[in-house]
Amino acid sequence: MSNAADITTVIEAGLKRRYRAERRFKAYGIAALGFAGLMLVILLVTIIRPGLSGFVRHELKLEIDTASIAQALADPQATIDYYRLTQAALKATAQDDFTDKATRHQFFALMGTFAAFYVKEQVQQNKAHWGKAITVWVPLADNADQLLKGRMDRDLPEAQRAMNDRQLGWLDGWEKQGRIRSSFNDDFFTRGDSRAPEAAGFLGSIVGSLISLLVCMLVAAPIAIMAAITLEEFAGKSRVAEALEVVINNLAAVPSIIYGLLGLSVYLQWFGMPRSSPLVGGLTLAMLIMPVMIIASRAAIRAVPPSMRLAAAGVGASPLQVVRHHVLPYAMPGILTGTILSISRALGESAPLLMIGMVAFVADVPRGVTDPATTMPVQIYLWASSPELGFIEKTSSAIIVLLVILLILNLGASRLRNKAQQTWS
Amino acid sequence: MSTNPSIIARDVDVFYGTKQALFGVNIDIMPKTVTAFIGPSGCGKSTFLRAINRMNDLIPGCRFQGSLTLEGQDIYAPNFDAVLLRARVGMVFQKPNPFPKSIYENVAYGPRIHGLAKTKAELDGLVEQALRGAALWDEVKDRLDSAGTGLSGGQQQRLCIARTMAISPEVILMDEPCSALDPIATGKVEDLISELKQRYALIIVTHSMAQARRVASTTAFFHLGKLVETGSTEQIFEAPVHAQTRDYITGRYG
Repeated sequence: MSNAADITTVIEAGLKRRYRAERRFKAYGIAALGFAGLMLVILLVTIIRPGLSGFVRHELKLEIDTASIAQALADPQATIDYYRLTQAALKATAQDDFTDKATRHQFFALMGTFAAFYVKEQVQQNKAHWGKAITVWVPLADNADQLLKGRMDRDLPEAQRAMNDRQLGWLDGWEKQGRIRSSFNDDFFTRGDSRAPEAAGFLGSIVGSLISLLVCMLVAAPIAIMAAITLEEFAGKSRVAEALEVVINNLAAVPSIIYGLLGLSVYLQWFGMPRSSPLVGGLTLAMLIMPVMIIASRAAIRAVPPSMRLAAAGVGASPLQVVRHHVLPYAMPGILTGTILSISRALGESAPLLMIGMVAFVADVPRGVTDPATTMPVQIYLWASSPELGFIEKTSSAIIVLLVILLILNLGASRLRNKAQQTWS
Repeated sequence: MSTNPSIIARDVDVFYGTKQALFGVNIDIMPKTVTAFIGPSGCGKSTFLRAINRMNDLIPGCRFQGSLTLEGQDIYAPNFDAVLLRARVGMVFQKPNPFPKSIYENVAYGPRIHGLAKTKAELDGLVEQALRGAALWDEVKDRLDSAGTGLSGGQQQRLCIARTMAISPEVILMDEPCSALDPIATGKVEDLISELKQRYALIIVTHSMAQARRVASTTAFFHLGKLVETGSTEQIFEAPVHAQTRDYITGRYG
C-alpha cells in the first residue's frame, strides 16, 4: 500500500461492501416499516369491521293505539301502563295466533327489554296525534338485531341457536310487512351503560373519561411544569436534587396498577373521597403521569440554549423573568409534546381505575366530578367480558370512538404545539 | 474626557470551584473609551469581563474576591443588585443570540422589563433610537415584526448591540463580538464600536490583534489569569514592556 493506486484499489474494494451494507440496512428499515404498517392495518380492520355495525341497529315499527288512553294521557296524574300498551301493539303484528305462556314469552323476547320505555318516549313526543294511532319505532332485542346483521348463523340446527325457528318466522314476517328498518343507533352516543346491549350507550364513559382527564391535567400539568422548572433552573446541583431525580425516574417506571392501589389508600381511605368518581380517577391518573411529564418538561427546558438565559440576564432580566419570558416559552413545544403523550396514556389507562372502583356498572351519564362514572377503557373492558353478542359488537364500536377521541385530542394538542413552535423561528 | 474611571478593579481574584482563574487583577476603565482585552485562550479575559456585570454569578461554583466599583459603587456589595447592575452594564456575546422573537420585541424587551417606556409611542421611539444607534434601522425598519433570528449573522450581532443599547447602559461589554462574523460584518460592527465610544465605556475581548489596534484606545494583555500589562494601544503594540506581551503580539504564542 505504498503508492496512491494501491490505496485507491483497496478503498474501491471496500466501497462495494459498504454500499451493500447500506442497501441491506435500508431494506431492513423498509421491512420493519412495512410490518408495522401491516399490523396497523390489521388492527384497524379487525376493529372497524365489526365495530361499524355497532353504530346502527334494527328497529321494529309498532302502531300504538292511543284512542283508548287519550283521556289518561291528558291527565298528568294518571298512570298509564305502557308495558301493556306495547305488548298489545306487538301482539297485533303477529302473523299467527298463540296464547300459551311459553310462546308469548318467546314472542315478546324479540322486542328489547326497554321497548315500553321507547314507546312512552315517542308517545309523549307526539302530542299532536293523541287519540289516533301513533307509529313508533322500538329497537329489537340484541339477539334479533345480531341475526338481522348476519352475525348469528340461522342455518345452525335449532338446538344450537339462540333463537328458535318460530322466532325466526316472526322476524321474517315483520320484514315482509316492512316493519323492520335499520337506523343509526343514536342511543350509543346519548346514553349511559345498560344491561341490555341494544340500549347501552357510551356517552357515560366518554364524559367520565373527559372529566377524569380534565381533573388529571389541571392537577398534573401545573405541578409537573413547576417541578421541572424548579429542578432545572433553581435547585442547583445538590444531593437532594440528585436523589429527587432518581426517585422521579423510578416513579415513571412503576406499573400503573400500583398507582391504583395508592389512589385507593390515599384518596378513598384517607381522604374519604367518593368511590368511582372522576375526581379520584383524575387524581390517580395525575400521580401516574406526573413523573413522565416532569421528565419530558425537564428535557424540554434543558434543550433551551444557555445563550438565551445569558441574553436575558444580560439585559437585566431577573431569574424569574428569565424563566417566565424566555425559558418556559421556548420550552413549551417540548413540554406540550410530553403533555400529548401523557394525555394518551391517561385516556387509555384502565388498571389503576379498576382499583378505585371506576369499574362499577354506571347507567347514568356523570354530571360532575363526584358522580359515579366509568371511563372509556374500563367500559370497553366491561363490555368485552360480557357474554352477549351485542356487547362484543359494542366493544369494537367503543374502541373506534376511543381512538377517534384520542386522535382529536392529539391533533388539538399538536396544533397548540405547532403554534408555540412558530414563535421560535 | 472625564478623568474619573468608570470601573476600578482592585486585586480581583475569581475562582471556579477550587481552580483560580484570575489573580489579583487591577485595572481602571475610562468612560468614553474602548478598552481591548487580549491574550491567549483561557487567560481569564472573558472571566474578568463577566465579573464586571456579575454574569459569573450564574455559573455554579464561581467565587469572587477583591473589589470592583462602578462609578464609585462596589458592585459586589451585598446590597448591590445584580439585576440593576446588568441594566447599567450591558453585554454582547460571542455568538449572536437574539431572542426567537420579532426584531422589535428583541429591542423592546429590556425597556419593557425595566419599565423605561410608559406608552407604546415612547417604546417605539426607544426601539428606533437603539436600532439607529446600532446602524441597523435602515436595514430592518420595514420588517420590525419579522423574526430576529432570520437576520444575517452580522445583523443579528448588531441587533444584540441594539438590544443592549435600548436600556442606555453606562458600559457595554463585548465578548469576542466578531468571532462568528465574516470580514464585512466585522467591519460594520467595528465601525459601530467607534461610534459607540462617544457615549459609552466599551470593553471588548478579542483574539484579533488587528481588531484591537483598529478599535481600542487602551489595551490590556492577560496571561494565565494575570493582567500582565495595560496601556495605550499604541504603546502595547509598538513598545510593550513585558516580554510575554511582545511574544504574544508578534505571534509567538496563542
